Amino acid sequence: MAPAVYGLAVAMSLAGAALGLYGLVGGAFTVTVPWLLPLGGVALEMDRLAGLFVALVALTAVPVSIYAVAYDRDGRGGGGAYLAFLAAMAVVPLAGNVITFLVAWELMSLASWLLIAREPRAGGPAWVYAVMTHAGFACLLVGMLLVGAHTGSLSFAEWRAAAPALAPATRDIAFVLLGLGFAGKAGVIPLHVWLPLAHPAAPSHVSALMSGVMVKLGVYGLIRIGLDWLGAGPPWWGVVILVAGTMSAVIGVLYALVEPDLKRLLAFSTIENVGIILVGLGAALVFAPVGAGPLAALALVAALYHTVNHAAFKALLFLGAGSVQHATSTRNMEDLGGLVKRMPWTAACFLVGAVAIAGLPPLNGFVSEWLTFQALLQNLDVARPELNLVFALALAGLALSAGLAVACFVKAFGITFLALPRRAEAASAHEAPAAMRVAMTALAAACVGLGIGATLIVPALAGVATDLSPGAAVPITVSGVAVRVSGDFASVSTLAVAGAFAGILLLLVVGLRRAGAAGARIAPTWGCGRIVQTARMEYTATAFANPFTRVFDFVYRPRKQRVVDTHPESRLFVRGIAYESSTRLLFEDWLYAPLMTALRRTTTAARAIQSGHANHYLAYILAALVVMLVFG
Amino acid sequence: MSGAVIDGALQVLVVGAGAPLLVGFTRTLKARLVGRPGPGPVQPYRDLRKLLGKEPVVSDTTSWIFRVTPYLLAATMLVAALVVPVVTSRPALGFAGNAILLMALFLFGTFFLALAGLDAGSAFGGMGASREVAVAALAEPTVIVAIFALAMRAGTIDLGGVVERLGRQPWLAINPGHLLAFAAFFIVMLAETGRLPVDNPATHLELTMIHEAMVLEYSGRYLALVEWASAMKLFLFMTLLANLFVPWGVPTAATPTAVALGVMALAGKLVVLSAALAVTETLVAKLRLFRVPELLAGSFALAVLSVMAVFLLR
Amino acid sequence: MFWQLRTGFRAGLVAEPPPLTSEIEALGVRLAAEVRRRFGRSLAIRQVDAGSCNGCELEISGLTGPHYDLERFGLSVVASPRHADCLLVTGPVTRNMAEPLRRTWEATPDPKIVIAVGDCGRDGGIFAGSYAVVGGVAEVIPVDAVIPGCPPSPRALLAGILDALGRRP
Repeated sequence: MAPAVYGLAVAMSLAGAALGLYGLVGGAFTVTVPWLLPLGGVALEMDRLAGLFVALVALTAVPVSIYAVAYDRDGRGGGGAYLAFLAAMAVVPLAGNVITFLVAWELMSLASWLLIAREPRAGGPAWVYAVMTHAGFACLLVGMLLVGAHTGSLSFAEWRAAAPALAPATRDIAFVLLGLGFAGKAGVIPLHVWLPLAHPAAPSHVSALMSGVMVKLGVYGLIRIGLDWLGAGPPWWGVVILVAGTMSAVIGVLYALVEPDLKRLLAFSTIENVGIILVGLGAALVFAPVGAGPLAALALVAALYHTVNHAAFKALLFLGAGSVQHATSTRNMEDLGGLVKRMPWTAACFLVGAVAIAGLPPLNGFVSEWLTFQALLQNLDVARPELNLVFALALAGLALSAGLAVACFVKAFGITFLALPRRAEAASAHEAPAAMRVAMTALAAACVGLGIGATLIVPALAGVATDLSPGAAVPITVSGVAVRVSGDFASVSTLAVAGAFAGILLLLVVGLRRAGAAGARIAPTWGCGRIVQTARMEYTATAFANPFTRVFDFVYRPRKQRVVDTHPESRLFVRGIAYESSTRLLFEDWLYAPLMTALRRTTTAARAIQSGHANHYLAYILAALVVMLVFG
Repeated sequence: MSGAVIDGALQVLVVGAGAPLLVGFTRTLKARLVGRPGPGPVQPYRDLRKLLGKEPVVSDTTSWIFRVTPYLLAATMLVAALVVPVVTSRPALGFAGNAILLMALFLFGTFFLALAGLDAGSAFGGMGASREVAVAALAEPTVIVAIFALAMRAGTIDLGGVVERLGRQPWLAINPGHLLAFAAFFIVMLAETGRLPVDNPATHLELTMIHEAMVLEYSGRYLALVEWASAMKLFLFMTLLANLFVPWGVPTAATPTAVALGVMALAGKLVVLSAALAVTETLVAKLRLFRVPELLAGSFALAVLSVMAVFLLR
Repeated sequence: MFWQLRTGFRAGLVAEPPPLTSEIEALGVRLAAEVRRRFGRSLAIRQVDAGSCNGCELEISGLTGPHYDLERFGLSVVASPRHADCLLVTGPVTRNMAEPLRRTWEATPDPKIVIAVGDCGRDGGIFAGSYAVVGGVAEVIPVDAVIPGCPPSPRALLAGILDALGRRP
């Protein structure tokens, strides 16, 4: 049954991709079906931004569904829920009024919750996910009703016209409420707690969609409220998003770095990348109201580019992690190793994804991070020292997260795929089936294409940015193989870099071969002459991250426990040493744990009024009536 | 177009051929400072030639990553040589992504070298890889903020543009903010190229190694490529320091006489810088690994102060 | 740091001047020529302690100091046998070090030379016949040259390395 569902999903996604691309190049339309839903009915509205996100959903879903044909052979992934999840994600960006949006949004959340909840041992994560996502939904609902009440309309198109005339306080409150709802879905710190729980718990193809696309719809919402629905806001909107983005980028990657679970690592890295996207978006929101329209457009293009890129490489990495799990039945990197020999194809694809996500040239992650840097570096055009300072710190944070991402993915690839297998499961791993390989290869090709083809991608995204900030010319031009930013300020050409790199590499290889390079001799690894050289001598994931745990101990607050078991006769004879070290999750311990304790205490206190006596309840009703009569 | 090709070939040649000389020169200076005659500045060429002729020994644990990395590493540095203004202020790939591209290229090299370190499965390789990426990651914010400070003063982030602008208006280069950025960048160079006090390039004790621990497993032509690449990295960092912070004598046009003058000017600046490096390395002791972040935090503070100086002096 | 510099300049060069015209220089020049012929004036040495009393190590580290400075002849001491052209093995090879020594030899890329240093490295020296030692280095791996002495002086070491280089084609 499962292959049929996924085949249908591929067909649906291809149609969706065509629709999205049509919207992206400027095709606009509106569809309304008033009778289908109450309060205004279904309204779909296509513009460039919506087209981009529909295309993103659909184009990611194609390889993911192909992958699922082999990955989810027994249909555990749930046919109906999967299709509903895809369809809902495609409708969210198209929604033209509040009711359509909220129904699609909730359907997306419910379908993804179902996909997680049916997995074994996913009870806890699914519960946290349900709570967080509905808290976010509540924020969205209140925020949208607030704007609806003040503008007198539930249609987004009418908001656009009416929003600038609203009282600043109303808009600020609406921005905060909607922002909280969308940021929760995007996994922005500190609203991220569900993400590292839910993403690893889902089956890998669903994780790929959740991390690659669903989270991006939170970003979509933030773009809409920041630049479109509510009109241009004060600079502090942007500053808040910029700061939240920088924090998410740095803290997300810090947690990814110490994570031994491959899929949890990827989930934390999603938080980092959403942070990078929000740095771009936040910069756009700061630039727009202070009269730097072109820079705002540039920053927005950077954010959109990174959104697209992250969908490509994060989906690829989750599929790669899924193949590893499929082959070894474990996600714990401490048990893996040496897979590059058993699963060369998966390893090569994962490597492409790792290089891309680490922001290294000439792949796609580099281009979008480069654009973000250029947008931030030009903040001097805005002569506001307090904003310049925020930008300087955002630059430093972004740079730090870029450096840490390199470390993180050296670890993710190196510990999982290189050296000797650490457990029997890894030693007997098998290559992924053909459908899974095809899917991963397609996404790897997308990473390369989105990197080298920057000159083709940037104009399309510039169209989206122009739509959202009318009147401001996007300061990006394409000349030859280079993308130029702000006239003479900077330019980038991944194609030229890739060409030069390939040429030089070829010269080196041919040159050395010509020079008569001797054939290599194979010998055991040099371990200072040690007799037994086993996988236990390899560096582990924890050991690899140890320098970071020590340097950033104020974030990790590592707990260490060492128990030395000595001989009763003499403490000099050690019989065994147990050493345990773990890092803590700051926000869970310091924010959510007190919150939960307070909640539990309040509910316990509130239980006192639930006495079970009918006459008490009658008294409550009477009291309520009196209160309403007095104050009503 | 053909001009760009000749120009590019020239830069690659200067960096590729000059890098071992710079390393040899620094090593000889260091030897002289402790009263040894030293090996002479051309010793690295001899080492490289010998290594190229030797049989490489490859661990049976390794994969293709291990064999490909030396080539990738050397190619990365040669591409970087096309981005840095070495003998002209308009390098062949100057348009391809400026300082951010350069830093990303260096990170690319670090990424693969760290993977190769892990590939052999020895504890030393993993140790070196982990430490190298830690140092590289922690140096990154300083690099960006120092570049930001420079870009603010010069009004462009294009490396060639910075060189030309500062060359035309030298007073921009003689101000306290600029000197602070220089100091920050110098510390970053020490960290990124594995020099004292961050890493001792001449250490024999595995437990104190950073860079060396990753390449313990390499031999023959692979080792030659890795050593050549790290020499080029040092050369490129020093050239950046020389041409960005002392931007005089960098020709803007690629005429033969101008280029010859440019090479001479660069050589002069590099001699001074490598003397500074040798003196620094002779005077300071290696820091404990977990003191290195403090040094890098210090360099970050210098870079931030340099940015502040722009606001204050504006 | 500046205190260091000042002290350094005040004190000047306190090491004995390198014996430039002495026998060592002549040896070194010949050695350099030999190294050039065989390895292009670059010889990387990996020192292996196979159970030595560290007397030989003291003399070998004397070679790297300002007085003898083997670096000026193109010789250097390296950190891994993978980087080495020459193994300088000291000590009577103990039972526990025999296998590591064999592995070190295997880890060294060809072409390579092996030099046994000291009386112990030659035949076990005063430890010969002990239950704990295997014997000279030659018992474990093929040896190209032997530098006798207990311990051999740095001069003898230079001469011995030269001898080893000259003997192999």
